[in-house]
Amino acid sequence: MSNDTSYNAVMGRKSEILKQATNIDFSQFEMEGIAFDYEKMMASIGYTFDQIKEIQQRQGVGDTPILELRNLTALARKCAKPGYGARIFIKDEGANPTGSFKDRRAVTSVYHAKRLGYKGVVAATSGNYGAAVASQAAALGLGCIIVQECYDSKQVGQPEILEKTRKCEALGAEVIQMTVGPELFYKFLLVLEETGYFSASLYSPYGIAGVETLGVELADQIRSITAKEGKQRDPDAVIVTHAGGGNVTGTTRGLRRRNCNSQVVAVSVNLKGLHMASDEHFNRKSFTTGHTGFGFPFATWPDRSDMPRSAARPLRYMDKYVLVNQGEVFYITELLANLEGLERGPAGNTSLSAAFALAQEMPQDNIIVVQETEYTGAGKHIQPQLSFARKNGLNITFGEPDTEVAGQSIVLPKHPTMIKAREVDLGKMRNSLIRNHLEHGNTTKDRLSKIELDFLAEETNV
Amino acid sequence: MIKKGTWVIIQKTILAPDQRPDNIPEDTKQTPLVMWVKGFLQEDTALGQPATIKTKMNRTETGTLQEANPPTLVDYGEYVPEITQIGTQAREILFSDI
Ligand SMILES: Cc1ncc(COP(=O)(O)O)c(C=O)c1O
Repeated sequence: MSNDTSYNAVMGRKSEILKQATNIDFSQFEMEGIAFDYEKMMASIGYTFDQIKEIQQRQGVGDTPILELRNLTALARKCAKPGYGARIFIKDEGANPTGSFKDRRAVTSVYHAKRLGYKGVVAATSGNYGAAVASQAAALGLGCIIVQECYDSKQVGQPEILEKTRKCEALGAEVIQMTVGPELFYKFLLVLEETGYFSASLYSPYGIAGVETLGVELADQIRSITAKEGKQRDPDAVIVTHAGGGNVTGTTRGLRRRNCNSQVVAVSVNLKGLHMASDEHFNRKSFTTGHTGFGFPFATWPDRSDMPRSAARPLRYMDKYVLVNQGEVFYITELLANLEGLERGPAGNTSLSAAFALAQEMPQDNIIVVQETEYTGAGKHIQPQLSFARKNGLNITFGEPDTEVAGQSIVLPKHPTMIKAREVDLGKMRNSLIRNHLEHGNTTKDRLSKIELDFLAEETNV
Repeated sequence: MIKKGTWVIIQKTILAPDQRPDNIPEDTKQTPLVMWVKGFLQEDTALGQPATIKTKMNRTETGTLQEANPPTLVDYGEYVPEITQIGTQAREILFSDI
């Protein structure tokens, strides 16, 4: 281990540190210029789908129920034109050990770390993933350190993130809490170097392969439910909350394993105008994931993550990308509790809010599946999150959701008919992805090779 | 004076404002990058003084002693009256026949 722990020295050792901490030599996947072999990377994990399923089942991860939301469907039908209003189902990922689909993502990574002989795991996350990693590390007897972006410069934190600190600690992990800023990565690298632990990155192929089981289960469950009703069918649309892109990527890969060609709709909460690395903006948002602050940059430049090449590549997989507003998601969270008797966390309901609007554009015999829920509790709940927003001076009112200004107001829909799914121009996102590859990728020639062009075609799903 | 062996939280500046990279927002760049971490205090230390701790994973960290026995502060916040109205309206729409 080198003694120079200055920012520049440690960042300069990034590739070595990550290679040591992942046991993956990423150079083997590089092809030519900007291109790399994504499928080769996904296959390199050395576990088959069935093995991953078995590892998950040993830990009680996955096999979550699918529930039909009959009252929300009925309400959507009251809002829709006659004959419209698809059946809305939800996959209750909140039933996983730590209450979100992130358990699927942590389990293979931590298992792999144990098998390779690492003494512990490290992850940089202020979300559900931290608890998932901590839980698996506890179960396998490994050490665990979670590095969280937690506070603004006044040491004030979102209730949702503080709940994550609590949960990680409750599961035996050490939590390092940081103020806002991308240099969290520096501390993350320092900890990896100091401990020799495994980097259980959210964006590793192990993590993403773990999400594939969700897509497979979802397809199987809908087929089984509809077969029992007399006519087997696939979901017409699967709605996925999108931030860093692993959820969209893994779920769709799972659907494809079952040759299920449902339309995949990614959804983020619109936080337009708020800068994710801004100290002042940090506590003016009420969502800490599933929002455009991650959704846009990670879709258009996946390799910005803590892996040299990210296994989460959402633009390859989404058929449509829509935005909802914070007030709409809080509102639908309350409806899920009041009309279906399911109290679940707001962030996971991002896709439910969009599904409620999209169902109204689909005929009644169609099936729309909201692909996840997440747990709820103190801190991570509509009540403390809105209370915190109000304390921070945000204006909370009933009105037309389109009038919401992120960071200034939260507008709860005055009527359920006002909930909308606003489509994002995927063409623009694809252009931006290509620009990023050309800017950041290691291409030197003035013309792209055939291999590079094919790679871009796959990256943009065109 | 906080006794050796007490569970405490320390604060440490990781990067001073002038050490932070230029590609971060201006407001953030005016503040230091700060870390908080918990652990067992290694020597009797007064609050606000330099301290050494052993963390949960048995790492050594140094910083300024901020608090002993740091509490968990997550709750459900203050009552937000708007929330109560949401379900009431939806039930009216759904279960009335008009
Ligand atoms: C409950 C929940 N839903 C959705 C997401 C988004 O997943 P991804 O970051 O893979 O897009 C996250 C994580 O950020 C999450 O915790």
